[in-house]
Amino acid sequence: MFTAAAAAIIVAMIIMLFRAIAGPTVYDRVLSVNSFGTKTVLLLAVLGFLMGRPAFLDIALLYALINFIATIAILKFFRYGRLSASMADMDLIRGDRR
Amino acid sequence: MLLAEAVAPASELLAESEFPGLSAAFAVEIFILAMLAATAFAMIRMRQLFGVAMLSGIYSLLSAAFFVALDAVDVAFTEAAVGAGVSTVLVLSGIALTAKRELPVDRERTFLPLAIVLVVGAALVYATIDMPAFGDPNAPANVYVGAQYIERTPEDIEVPNIVTAVLASYRGFDTLGETVVVFTAGLACLLLLGAGSIRGGGRHDDEEH
Repeated sequence: MFTAAAAAIIVAMIIMLFRAIAGPTVYDRVLSVNSFGTKTVLLLAVLGFLMGRPAFLDIALLYALINFIATIAILKFFRYGRLSASMADMDLIRGDRR
Repeated sequence: MLLAEAVAPASELLAESEFPGLSAAFAVEIFILAMLAATAFAMIRMRQLFGVAMLSGIYSLLSAAFFVALDAVDVAFTEAAVGAGVSTVLVLSGIALTAKRELPVDRERTFLPLAIVLVVGAALVYATIDMPAFGDPNAPANVYVGAQYIERTPEDIEVPNIVTAVLASYRGFDTLGETVVVFTAGLACLLLLGAGSIRGGGRHDDEEH
């Protein structure tokens, strides 16, 4: 059953990879990378059971966290053009609230 | 081509049912390697640098998954944190400072780099021929102190993970030195860049008003 799950995840990864390579817009690529990261987390979890060591679930959890942070950073970059500019904008927004 | 090569082990895997876990993990490794190669070729072919940065993130995720499949869990941790997390962001901020698209290179100028890469790659492949097989108990890495670590860790340190025991206890002073070096480097970078730039937003505000 784990073999079937791994095969299904790998098929999904190949589809994501195709979209990341072919994707015409930036949004296609960002979304495919994020989704690919999720598939990697799932693959690691299944791989742990395939290799008989479910302790790999910890690594899958870490990957989930890193994937989330990386996606936030990419989107922040895409929104503000550079990573440092976003802080200034956020400060301005906070200043308006006061 | 790559996919066709990778599908073959999967059909073998369905045929042999004696070691389903082992061969399934092997098929997963083959698939990961095939996707790594496909990603690398796509990165070379692509001219839009944002897409290349995205693909390098995918490449890091795939290689981290491959490290986990090879049991190098600590390396996989580092690859996931540095490769997929930090370096994608660094590459993106590099793109912000330069151009969005890669300019095409003259065909004459590509021959020398290609030759160098081929020679270095052939040398590396030649060097792997002398290496012991993966997981070989008689390999030099496993005969000398490695066996001692494996035997003594349960009594000496009482930590289930031997890598953790080696890093944090047997080589504790070494790890402490490394941590001090990294901490000093980070501190020096912060001092050089200016501590105020951490909260650059406030300073930016002052300049504007």
